[in-house]
Amino acid sequence: MQPIIVEKVINQLKPIFCNVFDDEALKIDIHTSAQDVDAWDSLSHIRLIISIEKALGLRFSAGEIADLKNVGEMAQLILKKQANI
Amino acid sequence: MTNPYENLSWLPNPPPDFAQRLAVVNSGSELRELAKYGVDENQLRRLSKKLQGMQDQHADLAPLIPVSIGVICNATTKLVTPMLVGTALRFGIALKVVEAEYNQIAQEAFSEDSSFSGHQLSAILVAMDYRGLPLLPTPGDLVSADKNVRDCLGYIKSVIESLRIKTGAQIILQNIATPVEALSGSYEGRLPGTLSWLCSRLNFELDGLVADDTFIVDIAGLAANVGLANWHDPTLWNMAKLPFAQQYTPIYADYVCRILAARLGKSRRCLILDLDNTLWGGVIGDDGLEGILIGNGDPTAEAHLQVQRTVLELRDRGVVLAVSSKNEDATARKPFQEHPDMLLRENHIAVFQANWSDKASNIKAIAETLSLGLESMVFLDDNPAERMQVRKELPEIAVPELPEDPALYTRTLIAAGYFEAIIFSDEDRKRASFYQDNAKRAQILNSSSDMDSYLISLEMEITFAPFDATGRARITQLISKSNQFNLTTKRYSELDVKGLEEDLTYYTSQIRLKDTLGDNGMISVIICKKGPEIWKIDTWLMSCRVLGRRVEEAALLDIVNHAKEAGAVKLVGIYSPTDRNIIVKDHFRKLGFTKTSGDSHIETWDLELAQYQAPKIPMRFKYAL
Repeated sequence: MQPIIVEKVINQLKPIFCNVFDDEALKIDIHTSAQDVDAWDSLSHIRLIISIEKALGLRFSAGEIADLKNVGEMAQLILKKQANI
Repeated sequence: MTNPYENLSWLPNPPPDFAQRLAVVNSGSELRELAKYGVDENQLRRLSKKLQGMQDQHADLAPLIPVSIGVICNATTKLVTPMLVGTALRFGIALKVVEAEYNQIAQEAFSEDSSFSGHQLSAILVAMDYRGLPLLPTPGDLVSADKNVRDCLGYIKSVIESLRIKTGAQIILQNIATPVEALSGSYEGRLPGTLSWLCSRLNFELDGLVADDTFIVDIAGLAANVGLANWHDPTLWNMAKLPFAQQYTPIYADYVCRILAARLGKSRRCLILDLDNTLWGGVIGDDGLEGILIGNGDPTAEAHLQVQRTVLELRDRGVVLAVSSKNEDATARKPFQEHPDMLLRENHIAVFQANWSDKASNIKAIAETLSLGLESMVFLDDNPAERMQVRKELPEIAVPELPEDPALYTRTLIAAGYFEAIIFSDEDRKRASFYQDNAKRAQILNSSSDMDSYLISLEMEITFAPFDATGRARITQLISKSNQFNLTTKRYSELDVKGLEEDLTYYTSQIRLKDTLGDNGMISVIICKKGPEIWKIDTWLMSCRVLGRRVEEAALLDIVNHAKEAGAVKLVGIYSPTDRNIIVKDHFRKLGFTKTSGDSHIETWDLELAQYQAPKIPMRFKYAL
């Protein structure tokens, strides 16, 4: 996948992350994972997924989400979903 | 968007700088104003976080009313709780929520030690869905199905009764949203023992099952309104045991908070209507009687007819109607008098304000004429500019946003839930006309030069009775709704009131008033704790529509007569000031009591019975036994 396209998705995700974790200064990149963000626990993970679904008009299955390791993989999954719409 | 339940569409869109404005909030009222936008889940969460921060710093949150509730659920409540707290702000409530452990309904209800012990809870939300009940589908087996329904009802009843007894909190029970999957298709609902058959039966039976002071939140109705297949989200249930699709948490929380607010007497009671393009299509001043659109045969005219039909039905439920229109008075009244297709007539409208002043001033005048607070009012207007002006000038008033299409006005108005009822009494049915009589009385007063001759001309008849089963619903309603003429603002449930009927250590009084212009119904409630020498006035409230009629003097006379007969020598009155009962701050002084102690929270006033002199009051006294 081309890094520039992934970058574009991550830019879309940034305001959603800031909103969900209530942190305007939050920085994310392809390597960001739950370990890097204090407030990112299992419950806020659900809120994050729901907010992304709402903002981008997508639905994820539980299995797709369980496999994600970092924001990069999340962006790849979103691109894959958007390609199939 | 045609479904107003989806996104709280009656509330204005949040401003783009919502987060910045929230950051600088430092009072309870500012917080409430921000909650009045159609905020989403994340914004509600921020509101709740902000409130919590202010509570932690022990900030003065007035005028928000502090309320603590428990929540017990067979699914995850962690995401819903901040929604409830954020939404409660919209209703002027600073909510604290105590969550029970996940899926521990029976343990919390029946074990000695629960998450709720040690907390003073005024209510507990019992949020069970169909997965939290011992439902055992037995398709085609009516006997087993009936037994299963009875078992489930027995379970619910024992849970809520046990919680009620253990915590003293009132119970708010949600009914059951039917699952989507109908295995036998259209036949599913007719086949005894299927899941949807069991759920419908349960919901039907719940109403008869619960005590009078248990409230039901109609989640089955809400889920049906948004669509069951939208409501139930199997992915989220599997992933995090979330009981329904999270996009509906704002409307869910609004449904629950409406009941919390109604318990505090915060339901709205008066609907103020704009005329042009709201009650009819077109502009009466320009289009004339023949040109306005109202009646059958034209889609726009039918849409406005539907608005009138709904408004009239609301009036039958006790909502007082008023008009505020920028028009010449005679022009504005003409359709009410002469148009054959109008459903609304002048006699349905308690106060009619048609002039060229701004609407906020007119609405204030309407509130004064009716002796109703601005927080009891809803203002319906198709014009966004008028809505904005009224909202800005009078933030206490509810002003629903309306869609462009008048066919959707009614749906939006009703979805907003302004007129949430927790009880329905005979008085409700008659209330609209009471207020109308009152407006007439105000006119008589204008024309009569001297107060006493006015009162004499009313030929009032006052009736006293102790609390009884007949009056119970209305007594409870007055106790739970009266804010202004209420000395102590103590709230009692219907069960409490029932208890007082038989408790001989209390003097209780329900007071009714009739006059030449109409029957006011029950207008005052008094409770005194009887001691051998001292009677303490625990509750004294009166409907503001009989202000200035000397009802309070008549009421005192009755208390004194009973107290003397019982051998008491002194009455002690309590006044607990709130931001809404300033009207009674001199109540006891005016009646001849002497202040013995007082600070900003509570004042005590004494009346030595030996010194009491009965005044002459221009009414006939009647005593019901």
